[in-house]
Amino acid sequence: MFAGLNNNPVSFPQAMPPDWPGNAWWHWVIFTVIILVFFLGSVIMFIYMERRVLAKMQARIGPNRVGPFGLLQAIADAVKVLMKEMVTPANADKIVYWLAPAITFAPVVMVLAVVPFADGALLADLNIGILYVLAISSLSSIGVFMAGWSSNNKYSLIGAMRMVAAVVSYEMPIVLALASVVLIAGSMSLNDIVIAQQSYPMLLMQPLAFLLMFIAGCAEINRSPFDLMEADSEIVAGFHTEYTGMKFALFYLAEYGEAVVMSSVIATVFLGGWQGPFLWPWLWFILKTFFVFFLMIWTRTTLPRVRIDQLMSLAWKFLFPLALINLIFTGIEVLTYPDGIPWYFIFANIAIGAILVLLWSRLYKVGGGRIAVG
Amino acid sequence: MALSIGFWILAIIAVGAALTVVLLKDIFRAALCMVLTLVAVAGIYVTLSADFLAGVQVIVYVGAISILLIIGIMLTREVQQGNPTNKFRIPAFLVALVFFGVMCFVFLGTPWQQSGATPVTPTTGALADKLFGEDGFMLTVEIAGVLLLAAVIGAIAMAREK
Repeated sequence: MFAGLNNNPVSFPQAMPPDWPGNAWWHWVIFTVIILVFFLGSVIMFIYMERRVLAKMQARIGPNRVGPFGLLQAIADAVKVLMKEMVTPANADKIVYWLAPAITFAPVVMVLAVVPFADGALLADLNIGILYVLAISSLSSIGVFMAGWSSNNKYSLIGAMRMVAAVVSYEMPIVLALASVVLIAGSMSLNDIVIAQQSYPMLLMQPLAFLLMFIAGCAEINRSPFDLMEADSEIVAGFHTEYTGMKFALFYLAEYGEAVVMSSVIATVFLGGWQGPFLWPWLWFILKTFFVFFLMIWTRTTLPRVRIDQLMSLAWKFLFPLALINLIFTGIEVLTYPDGIPWYFIFANIAIGAILVLLWSRLYKVGGGRIAVG
Repeated sequence: MALSIGFWILAIIAVGAALTVVLLKDIFRAALCMVLTLVAVAGIYVTLSADFLAGVQVIVYVGAISILLIIGIMLTREVQQGNPTNKFRIPAFLVALVFFGVMCFVFLGTPWQQSGATPVTPTTGALADKLFGEDGFMLTVEIAGVLLLAAVIGAIAMAREK
């Protein structure tokens, strides 16, 4: 009955890296190790960088005691969290409560499987790369939901509800912004998108898409100023209010891991990924990832937290229409020049982006100082 | 061989989770089990070399529809009392059993054709040609789009404050 299944060879991993380390089982082992090392190393560096840069911008010093320049502070914090007691609330839904951190954390690491560190140096060069990124990253919100529900705590539930409202709304601009990039690159594989940015980064050709992706990305991963699902002053700590010890550490790791993943995806898609002169490709990739994260810290220190109605109206009345209009313009350009858009369209696209943002911000209102409901 | 093992693992997960959806009292857990079923179905698509379809399955069903379902559960009053049963329990079981029997009969009785062609890679181009190219399903796609738009407008019209 199911004999036909054996006739189909596995279609992916069809596009293995041509050079290194070869098309064999150790490819998977090596790249899994590389991804884990990159992920954990970046998370620790991101936490350190966030605290130090934040402190610098607020005219403080930041952590500087543990290790040289306070470099080991994040590791000390991790050890402290690991040794704490794990508490489960009395009326919690135990199984769901225990599963939630793992289900939030696992998809975050899985996204890195399609992000190239150098030409062809990635775990699996899927030809649906971008779609894979979007699909897998949408799995995390289920874990957040499980945490919020099973904690049996109203703050957790409100945090989870806000989180899901934000994620569902901000998925749209991200998908549309990435779609216009895919139109130009002509492929959904992240490695092919990087190769398509040989002469200039996508940031210049799609400035509006970069802005939309960056704003919506910040909202999607709950970075301030969109962090109202974890707003301490309103709902304690959002969905992970009841979590302690290792389970809390997993949520914390997932949060910064999402920042790592979002930064590396933006760096790959818009800043040319591993492309760059003089230095090694992987070093360019890491430098660009850290640069994107620096921009995230910068917005965090600059802007105050938004309200929930502002969050929603920003997504649906500002980012979403702009992303649609940008997609239409990109489609027209691609149809007019099917063999590659001339470089001077960079100026046209920057002008279109600037005009659209200026015009639309005139039209766009968030309801003054009052809360606009309904 | 590896594909068969993968298929059987995914199939058992999918069927087991689907049964749990029906049998559990706790609606929230039932919804989570439904998510597991949908993920397992996406895995079966992957073993069939339909990678694009698998991605769409995850993004639409897991990322959007199940989230809407869970929001619905969270906004439901008295969700704690779970999944109540009523006097249609036995008739519903019988109807489901008959349906299952018919499905089994049809599936086992159909002479399934096996395609000897190798799977297309990349799948996206071939799919786009089928959906939007000449002699494709352009009209169907557009009708589906209009239908969804009508559904969205209808939902807004119903939910709007009078």
